[in-house]
Amino acid sequence: MPEEKELTFEEAMEKLEVIVEKLEEGDVPLEEAISFYKEGMELSKLCHNKLKHVEGQLTKILTDDGQTVDFVINEEE
Amino acid sequence: MKDNRHLTVFALTKYIKRKFDADPHLQGMYVKGEISNFKQHSSGHMYFTLKDEKARILAVMFSRYSRNMKFLPENGMKVLIKGDVTVYEPTGQYQIYVKEMQPDGIGDLFLAYEQLKKRLEEEGLFSKTAKKTLPPYPRTVGVITSPTGAAVRDIITTIKRRYPITNILLFPALVQGGQGATSIVKSIELANQRKEIDVLIVGRGGGSIEELWNFNEEAVARAIFASKVPIISAVGHETDFTIADFVADMRAPTPTAAAELAVPNIDDLLERVLNRQVRLVRAMKEKIGFQQQRYHRLKRSYAFRYPQRLYEQKLEQVDRVTEALRKSASKLSVTKAEDHLKLLRRLERKHPDELVKVSKENHFRLTKRLERSMGATLSEKQKEFAGMLSTLEALSPLRIMERGYSLSYNEDGKLIKTVSNVNKDDKIQVQLPDGRIHCVVSNIEESEGNA
Repeated sequence: MPEEKELTFEEAMEKLEVIVEKLEEGDVPLEEAISFYKEGMELSKLCHNKLKHVEGQLTKILTDDGQTVDFVINEEE
Repeated sequence: MKDNRHLTVFALTKYIKRKFDADPHLQGMYVKGEISNFKQHSSGHMYFTLKDEKARILAVMFSRYSRNMKFLPENGMKVLIKGDVTVYEPTGQYQIYVKEMQPDGIGDLFLAYEQLKKRLEEEGLFSKTAKKTLPPYPRTVGVITSPTGAAVRDIITTIKRRYPITNILLFPALVQGGQGATSIVKSIELANQRKEIDVLIVGRGGGSIEELWNFNEEAVARAIFASKVPIISAVGHETDFTIADFVADMRAPTPTAAAELAVPNIDDLLERVLNRQVRLVRAMKEKIGFQQQRYHRLKRSYAFRYPQRLYEQKLEQVDRVTEALRKSASKLSVTKAEDHLKLLRRLERKHPDELVKVSKENHFRLTKRLERSMGATLSEKQKEFAGMLSTLEALSPLRIMERGYSLSYNEDGKLIKTVSNVNKDDKIQVQLPDGRIHCVVSNIEESEGNA
């Protein structure tokens, strides 16, 4: 599936749900089912990757001059 | 004998009671103290002792006064009371009949809280329909609280543990003291200006009611209500209810609970994705299996196993039909030949030779009759003609002239019928049966009476 704009987790999950339900309903012609399946597998991979992609997630604090800087919890408090 | 010196206990008590009741300082008076021995009767009346370090007084609050109270008194609670002091005759004890009671120390705040709560509720700030739904998968969670303390730690660690793929942006705010409300309001506005914030947690850890007070202020309530970003309030402990909690889109009992409400558990999501994948594979397998079964069933079917059976029967049928066709064709040609013969016979019987012969005879007979009748007619007509001719002769003017009559003509050959047809000296001709006389008119006489 060509992705013009990457789906958000929410969008991908919604699409995946719809596809799973359609496929489970069973009235889909085989060719269509195969393309649904392909798309569904890609979506589930996408969802999985998004959930596993922890790097780059940040905890920041807004400073008085409107900048954001990394925030580390002060355990002493 | 009559004893006038000794009063009855009842009379004495009545006297003392009258003293209490007559004293204006004991009516509608204010007193403060701590509650002990608190009991609430099933009728709703409250009985307790009001005390301080040095003294105590019995107190009664009838249900008609206690009914509208905003809080339930309890032992150890310091309260401010308004009431009347009087004597209860059966026990001879003086006690205070409480008409109003509010918690001491926070009395003003308490009142302000109740008043603001009522006003904002009436204005619709707590309305369920105004609540925004929380995003299921926030990409950035905004946290408005003090950057130090247990609350921020609880929130951040909980979010990181449950949903490590989200970003957290902390808006450091003063959450107690005089500047608190302004600081919280400003942070809410800042968070709304930054487009990346999907959900906001606003709160602080536990504390006294004074410490939590910023979250009971109108400005904070209005900022929460105005926020476009959904807000989860997390102020103090489970038992602390602030105005902010009522206005917020979601109230969390603690900061940790707020973090749990703000983000999903990533393990649940992974399991969900996995489950969908499993269902996808299973559905596809079933689909393919079903189609394969169909295919095999078809392949094993009689028609595919013995294909010649399909056309053998047809061949037989073709033979049978061809035979039938041949039979019926020959039968048809025989019938047609017979029909032809029959028609030929009929045609021969109807041959025109006979008719021609008969017609010829007729013609001959008719010709004869015609000739005969023509001959008869002719001689008759000839006789008729001869008769007519002699009649004609008899009528001829020449015959009349033979009896002496003549005809006169002018020069133009016109018959002269009257004297006026001629003039003197005209040359005229007189016709006689045997010739003509050329004359000149010498005189004209008109007959008398013949004009």
